[in-house]
Amino acid sequence: MPPLLEVDDLQVHFFIDEGTVRAVDGVSFSLEQGKTLGIVGESGSGKSVIGQAILRIVPSPGQIVNGRILLQVDEKENLQQQTLDLVTIDPRGALARSIRGSDISMIFQEPMNSFSPVHTVGSQIMEALLIHSDVSKAEARNQAIEMLHRVGIPQPENRIDAYPHQLSGGMRQRAMIAMALVCRPRVLIADEPTTALDVTVQAQILALLKELQEEFGMAIIFISHNLGVISDISDDVLVVYFGRVMEQAPVKDIFDYPLHPYTQALLRSVPGIDTPVRTELATIEGTLPDPLAYIVGCPFYGRCTECGGDSVCRDQPYELTKVSPEHFVACPRMCIKL
Amino acid sequence: MIAYIIRRILIMIPTLIAISIISFIIIQLPPGDFLTTYVSQLSASGETVDQAELEALKERFGLDEPLYKQYLKWAMNFLQGDFGHSFEWNKPVSELIGERLSLTVIISICTILFTWAISLPIGIYSAVRQYSWMDYFLTVIGFIGLATPNFLFALVMLWVSYAYLGLSIGGLFSPEYAEAPWSFAKVFDLFKHLWIPVVIVGTSHTAKFIRIIRGNLLDELRKPYVTTARAKGLSETHLILKYPVRVAINPLVSTIGWTLPELVSGIAITAVVLNLPTTGPLLLSALLSQDMQLAGTFIMLLSSLTVVGTLLSDILLAWVDPRIRFGAREGL
Repeated sequence: MPPLLEVDDLQVHFFIDEGTVRAVDGVSFSLEQGKTLGIVGESGSGKSVIGQAILRIVPSPGQIVNGRILLQVDEKENLQQQTLDLVTIDPRGALARSIRGSDISMIFQEPMNSFSPVHTVGSQIMEALLIHSDVSKAEARNQAIEMLHRVGIPQPENRIDAYPHQLSGGMRQRAMIAMALVCRPRVLIADEPTTALDVTVQAQILALLKELQEEFGMAIIFISHNLGVISDISDDVLVVYFGRVMEQAPVKDIFDYPLHPYTQALLRSVPGIDTPVRTELATIEGTLPDPLAYIVGCPFYGRCTECGGDSVCRDQPYELTKVSPEHFVACPRMCIKL
Repeated sequence: MIAYIIRRILIMIPTLIAISIISFIIIQLPPGDFLTTYVSQLSASGETVDQAELEALKERFGLDEPLYKQYLKWAMNFLQGDFGHSFEWNKPVSELIGERLSLTVIISICTILFTWAISLPIGIYSAVRQYSWMDYFLTVIGFIGLATPNFLFALVMLWVSYAYLGLSIGGLFSPEYAEAPWSFAKVFDLFKHLWIPVVIVGTSHTAKFIRIIRGNLLDELRKPYVTTARAKGLSETHLILKYPVRVAINPLVSTIGWTLPELVSGIAITAVVLNLPTTGPLLLSALLSQDMQLAGTFIMLLSSLTVVGTLLSDILLAWVDPRIRFGAREGL
């Protein structure tokens, strides 16, 4: 049985006046039903664009230039095959729209700005239902109330008529989750859903997502720069840097046996609860390469403290190598050693 | 909401009183009172002044009394709809303003409708297809419309229609209807003439609105809630009209109230050029000939409309934008 969602050698490039930004440059992964894939990376690493590409809502001037996004679909009208390549369909067409919000839905970082400020929360939740399923307005309202109740919003029958600014940050993110899940999607893309929240609310939202995942059985792609959050929710982890996968492994392996120097550096930079106060935090020297640059070899070359400027790292073409059945790493030196 | 409106209306009262005092002072500013002006005008034209009429006028406006009593009398008369007497026209002010005001209102309302009907779709198109050749084309047209003074545009239109089409487009009525009583045919005739001032006055407004809608919408199109709507599976046209356009026109909806005072004075120069029987030219001539009762009435009327218009704007804005209605605590 093929995986629910399979992304194969995805490349998304942004064609701007100054040149080409390779925001996603050959990313592959697969996602099983009911599992969570964590995508972790710095700002600008291209992790959000992966989510947008799957929904086919990459903003202009971005384009999917290569790759396949294979989704297992239920039988839809005018559609016989079981596997649908999302790259080949018209992003503005009816088919793409029938998948968006229904088979695959998304929650966003800023729950304040991600709701329209002049429409009630309820009308925005009901909208998804009214687009995708054949329900009456009253029925949609009932389902929306039920969903708000399910995500832990007290007095949902009153809150459904509230405007976004009348809810607290945590409540808004709960409402956002209700909106994404109201059509029971099989894949949920969560793009930094806890970044704008207090730590205690973060934990509540993560617990809620896990609970709902168990109940509805959907697969989650969880995009975050926060390693703590990723370790909490993911089954598998994708470490992304400069649009490329640096390391891919089950969550335990990533945190216990990180192989790529970049992953190791990321983990070192996280302060632990037992870190003595006033110790200087470990940082990764340097910044991301120029987004317009085309880099053949390892994009971490130059910031990496392990290889010491070995020209092999710079010149060896990028390749993700299997080091154990579930562990992949794209480090030329590491590969040479093995 | 109702408490808010009532509070705002109560605040309007002291504002209007202050405005009326200033209006009255302006009426009093020219040397002598207006009867002196009237008498000198009459004697200059060789007519004799009827002493009895003079006394009656003095009595009516309380000119022998102290200034504050004169003010109170004027203000009370104003409240009762007696706006005083125009000495230039030798008619009550209310009679002078009456019909002109209704024609002005008709032109202004048509202009507002014209402006919205043209600028909204063009503004949306320009924003959604930013930097397309059509956007550039419409932008150029818009700037020409913005940069051309209305009276110049009116002159050009007059000349073109007269020289090439043999039409005289001045005025609001054909000669045969100008003095005729109101009838269905006269209304039809009015609409045949109406589009010219509407287009001329509407052009600059339209150009301005297009720029505002385009700018606002470009800001809104980049907001995350648009992505949210797209991720929900809404069609592009539907989602743009429902979300960003709805937010982008809020500031414009609130400007509707401010156009109220413009109803009276806004198109004065164009109206002079086109020979329109509206209030604008009347205001102009009242100011030129120091017909102070008439001018004072206009000042009072314009100020009151500004105050009422501001209130209307605020109510409209609160009505369309829940963040204002409920007092948003966190800014967007």
